[in-house]
Amino acid sequence: MLQTIRRALTSSAGRAFLELLLVILLGVVFNADGAFFKVGTHRDTLRQASTYGILACGMTLVIITGGIDLSVGSILAVSSVSFSLLMMHMDWPWWLAVIACLVLGSALGSASGALVSNAKLQPFIATLAMMTFARGVAKYITGGQKISTYVTQGDKVIIKELPQIFKFIDSRILGGDLSIVSVIFLVCFLAAWLFLARHRWGRELYSIGGNEEAARLSGVPVRMAKFLAYTFSGLMCAVAGIAQAAQETQGDPEAGAGYELTAIAMVVIGGTSLAGGRGSMGLTLLGILTIGYLQKILSINAVPEAGRLMITGIIIVLAVLTQKRRTK
Amino acid sequence: MAPLVSMNGITKFFGPVKVLDQVDFSIYPGEVHILAGENGAGKSTLVKILAGAYSDYQGRISMEEREIRPSSPLDANRHGIAAIHQELSLIPSMSVADNLFLGHPMTRSGFVREKAHRRSAGEVLGRAGVNVSVSTFVEDLPISVQQLIEITKAIRLNARVLIMDEPSSALNAHDVETLFALVRQLKSQNRGIVYITHRLEEIHRLADRITVLRDGKLVGSALASELPEKQLIHWMVGREMEEQFPRHTLQKSSEALRVENLSVYKAGWGHRPLVDRVSLSAGRGEILGIGGLQGSGASELFLGLFGAMPKRTVGRVSIEGKPVRIRSPREAISNGVALLTNDRKATGLISPMSVIANICAASLGKLSRYGWRRPRAEVRMATEMGRTLQLRAASYDMEVGDLSGGNQQKVAIGKWLSTGPRIMLLDEPTRGIDVGAKHEIYQLMNELTARGISILLVTSEMPELLAMSDRIIVMHRGTITAEFSRQEATAENVLEAAMGKINGEVGTTRREEAAHAADN
Repeated sequence: MLQTIRRALTSSAGRAFLELLLVILLGVVFNADGAFFKVGTHRDTLRQASTYGILACGMTLVIITGGIDLSVGSILAVSSVSFSLLMMHMDWPWWLAVIACLVLGSALGSASGALVSNAKLQPFIATLAMMTFARGVAKYITGGQKISTYVTQGDKVIIKELPQIFKFIDSRILGGDLSIVSVIFLVCFLAAWLFLARHRWGRELYSIGGNEEAARLSGVPVRMAKFLAYTFSGLMCAVAGIAQAAQETQGDPEAGAGYELTAIAMVVIGGTSLAGGRGSMGLTLLGILTIGYLQKILSINAVPEAGRLMITGIIIVLAVLTQKRRTK
Repeated sequence: MAPLVSMNGITKFFGPVKVLDQVDFSIYPGEVHILAGENGAGKSTLVKILAGAYSDYQGRISMEEREIRPSSPLDANRHGIAAIHQELSLIPSMSVADNLFLGHPMTRSGFVREKAHRRSAGEVLGRAGVNVSVSTFVEDLPISVQQLIEITKAIRLNARVLIMDEPSSALNAHDVETLFALVRQLKSQNRGIVYITHRLEEIHRLADRITVLRDGKLVGSALASELPEKQLIHWMVGREMEEQFPRHTLQKSSEALRVENLSVYKAGWGHRPLVDRVSLSAGRGEILGIGGLQGSGASELFLGLFGAMPKRTVGRVSIEGKPVRIRSPREAISNGVALLTNDRKATGLISPMSVIANICAASLGKLSRYGWRRPRAEVRMATEMGRTLQLRAASYDMEVGDLSGGNQQKVAIGKWLSTGPRIMLLDEPTRGIDVGAKHEIYQLMNELTARGISILLVTSEMPELLAMSDRIIVMHRGTITAEFSRQEATAENVLEAAMGKINGEVGTTRREEAAHAADN
């Protein structure tokens, strides 16, 4: 019994779970006059973590190959402004706009993928370039302005009605206890989990991260698998961008700045190794919840932003230290 | 004679596991003390304690009557103890000279004296007989030269006790000679040398004194002259081994593999081919041995055949009479070709992944349906392979990197057996594994060939090559210099051919000159 508990606690999952429990315990202690015990708090925690969580899904796949994707925030912005533009200014049918955004996001992701797998650029460099480029694309599309329901026609400004799809994505189900954005996140999570845990592509990603040369010599299609990982990450960015546009009821070319760091932190706190080859979607889920709850607890206790950032930084270090693999 | 160092009653735990149990070990000046035993016997742990890598041991270490307790590698160095480990500790991106002075630089008011470094490095290397420019980057040198530099580094520290943990595992026959000369030189300077090795040949040639460990316990210690080989092997494995090599019998059969004029080029143009118009054939169930020294091109021949160097390989290959084009490892696998690489850590296994994942790594296609994996089929495959290979692992879910060397190699072999190969290219299949596991791998090779699988075997261990091969071809600088039947082959004529002798003449240069003449 004791042995089982000890083994559970020394596994990556056990430690990630312990971190989450500690953060929740923090919430129980600093419950802001019972605010922490309200269902709404937990619903909002999940909703607010969802956008980051969607990015973290793609990020996990990329990090498991031993890579990194810095471009997620920028691609999110491209998707967000494109979706707003197509829906609010050009009145496209919603499904066509969604497909267009998903294709666009995947295309940008696949460009990073091609740079990494074919041109053999380091993932950091390739996605740093894409991060800059995509931010430029977002600003180019919008002319640097936010896209909202205020539409200039000639010299008149008219206020359009917010498209139905925006309202729907920002709504809740289950008597208001579950946000649609969270449902979208859960679907993305399930897809990423299925690929990683149950598809041969997932196995290939792990083997590439674990030992790329051994993977190549075992017949793993290394280039294609990596290319697809970045493409998948781009797709996730597009999804997150659509969700972001709906939540903000506008398309902001500055949206998503710094999101890549939160997404990376979520993956790493879960215990997925930046060196590649080790990790899982389950761990990422624990990481997403840990950071999500931490943010929420700090905000309901009205900790000012300066303190929030410092505490988050410290928690990341502590979490990663406990995750460090003990070497013999 | 008084020992230089004596270790008494050394006991060490890793967690709850006792890896060393009351071991006594002494090192005498001017002697090579061979430390032998199967993998996992505790040899490396014992010498690591002496080298200061673990300070949480029980027992006493004394050096010339004074008790010492090495607390770190640097502390051990201060006591005059230096270790050369299996994993090299050189920095690849720094020059030879900088590496030699790493951690102990010559300085003047805090600034490194570059010129003095280079001069002194040249001297030390010259004395050791290592012929290399001191400003070369270590990463540009072959692994064998790196190993010699590593040893030179220990000599420079003026160590009185040198610990060498399998120093020859990456060396070819010629470099081994340089190493041995170096060891003899160290001996004549009255230093004490601890030498860990798996190779009987080295034990014969070097040992003054032999100590054997098994399962963390001292089995015996004796002067080499008083310890017959049979007794030594008995000590190591705890059971008499009838023969070191099981005899392999070949039934004459049809041709499985034919290679004509295969050439493999290095990246970029204008290089001499690594493999130059090689032709060979192998029958079903045959073991074709390929002999050669470092740089013979045998490993590159394998990579070329396996499609791992697609743009730089030309030539015709046919399998069971049908011409094939292999442009990637994938195509090789689907044509029934398997390649066991010579370095399981770097190119064979994916160490952070489980035993199951590694065994199934090359046969995922076969084990999946529409790309979706079938975990149960994978477990079944791994269990079957584990049984065939007598794999010893606490659990098949454990990371492969945590297994012992012999068991890691079995996993690497299992990965290829699970693809159902017709032709297996085995590059150093027994490197760095213990006697027992070696024996099991030889048995396995016999079983596989009895099932009709053809094996191409590259090995740097001459006895292994001679005993396991039905036929031997020898390569030198990318070309075949000789072919012997099992009966004709002797250690002498194989080695001669490996060093470039064709019909008693040094032939390769002549051939290269001819090629040059043709170019001009």
